[in-house]
Amino acid sequence: MRLSPDEVIYWQQGFFKLNATIAFTWGLMLVLAVGAKLITRKLTVEHTRSRWQNLLEIVVTNITRQIEEVGLSNPRKYLGFLGTLFLFIAAASLCTVIPGYEPPTGSLSTTAALALCVLVAVPLFGIEDQGLGGYLKSYIKPTVVMLPFNLISEVSRTLALAVRLFGNMMSGAMIIAILLTITPFIFPVVMTLLGLLTGMVQAYIFSILAAVYIAAATRTREPKPEPAPST
Amino acid sequence: MLIDWFTVGAQALNFLILVWLMKCFLYQPVLDAIDAREKKIAAELADADAKRAEAKKERDEFEHKNEEFDQHRAGLLTKATEQAKGEGDKLLGEARQAADTLGAKRQEALLREAKNLNQAITRRAQQEVFAIARKALADLASAKLEERMGELFTRRLRALDTDAKARLAGAVKARSEPVRVRSAFDLPEKQRAAIQQALNETLSADVPLRFETAPDLVSGIELTANGQKVAWSIADYLAALERYVGELLQEKAPPAPGAPAGPAPVAT
Repeated sequence: MRLSPDEVIYWQQGFFKLNATIAFTWGLMLVLAVGAKLITRKLTVEHTRSRWQNLLEIVVTNITRQIEEVGLSNPRKYLGFLGTLFLFIAAASLCTVIPGYEPPTGSLSTTAALALCVLVAVPLFGIEDQGLGGYLKSYIKPTVVMLPFNLISEVSRTLALAVRLFGNMMSGAMIIAILLTITPFIFPVVMTLLGLLTGMVQAYIFSILAAVYIAAATRTREPKPEPAPST
Repeated sequence: MLIDWFTVGAQALNFLILVWLMKCFLYQPVLDAIDAREKKIAAELADADAKRAEAKKERDEFEHKNEEFDQHRAGLLTKATEQAKGEGDKLLGEARQAADTLGAKRQEALLREAKNLNQAITRRAQQEVFAIARKALADLASAKLEERMGELFTRRLRALDTDAKARLAGAVKARSEPVRVRSAFDLPEKQRAAIQQALNETLSADVPLRFETAPDLVSGIELTANGQKVAWSIADYLAALERYVGELLQEKAPPAPGAPAGPAPVAT
């Protein structure tokens, strides 16, 4: 029994290879990009608009609102990164209803790649916002003693991101595979539905956590307003 | 090994490509569309506000003009009413004046008519009196009116009182021409002689006389000499009758019983 679609290799040439993870990721990318292009091709600014445009607008505006609620004051700046994280993971989970489909997020390589992207993006956004010195200083706050703990925190949360998503997606696919061998009827469908829910929740968790990390890194250390002197 | 590092790199690259694709095909167009719509809605709202403000301004202006028009109309109406009243007063005054003039003219015409009627009555009465008197005398005494008049005049001459005689004598003496005796009709020779004789006897002198016929004397005889006059005429009766008829016409009432008798023949 294989645990990851990485093991399904279609083509290999030395270090380079084309496995199921990459292939399904390309498929997802194609679907997302072409779907977005098709829908946004006929965008209108009138008061009446198509249902697909309404759907896209709802998705985009809700992602924007969620980012803003996390504490990022300029959500459109982070929409590309965080929104794509959510959409990619959500799409990967939704497509599990297609028979023969292997979710790329069920591969630890994919989740590790996403976690690494977050690991790199957080300092980049932090440095862009506070400057290099300002960002580095955040590691020794409140005291220098906290520096190793902060560094450990960076690594561990990246690891946690990758393993959490991988574990959930892999376990979902694993359970369905096992159930198919035991009770081929009814139960796999129910578990697939549960897997859809789990996948959506994981997409939300992954992107929200990334947003929280970015918010923590970019939050300007504004001085707290002085309380009004009580008489 | 669960992690394939080539796949990790490829997936990271794939993810970055997907981020770029999503930015190009999804986020940017959708956000642009939302922004454009919001801008359009804001512009429409601003336009609606501007139109509302303009409509309010126009409404205020219209109301102001309406008010001005009402005031102007009220002013014109008041002015027209005053003019009409003035014109009415003027017309009424003119009508009153015209009515007064007409009334005065009618009054005048009535007076003139009454006067004409008086004259007609006088003439008719004169003729009738003559005719009646003549006929009555002829029937009663077979005497002619003219003869009776001559006798009456003669008798009056004889009956003059002393003062009258003296004044008449003075006048006759002072005259340069014959004493004139005028009568409404030709006096017969017999009458002339009787009058000559009576005068001569009254004045105790031979007085030359000249007889003239004057129809305006209205059945009478008069003797005039240097301002003195002795006369008998029916004209006095007629004057009394005329006065009486005139009173009747003015009062438009039945005459009082016992009409005044004609005045006695005068001798002045």
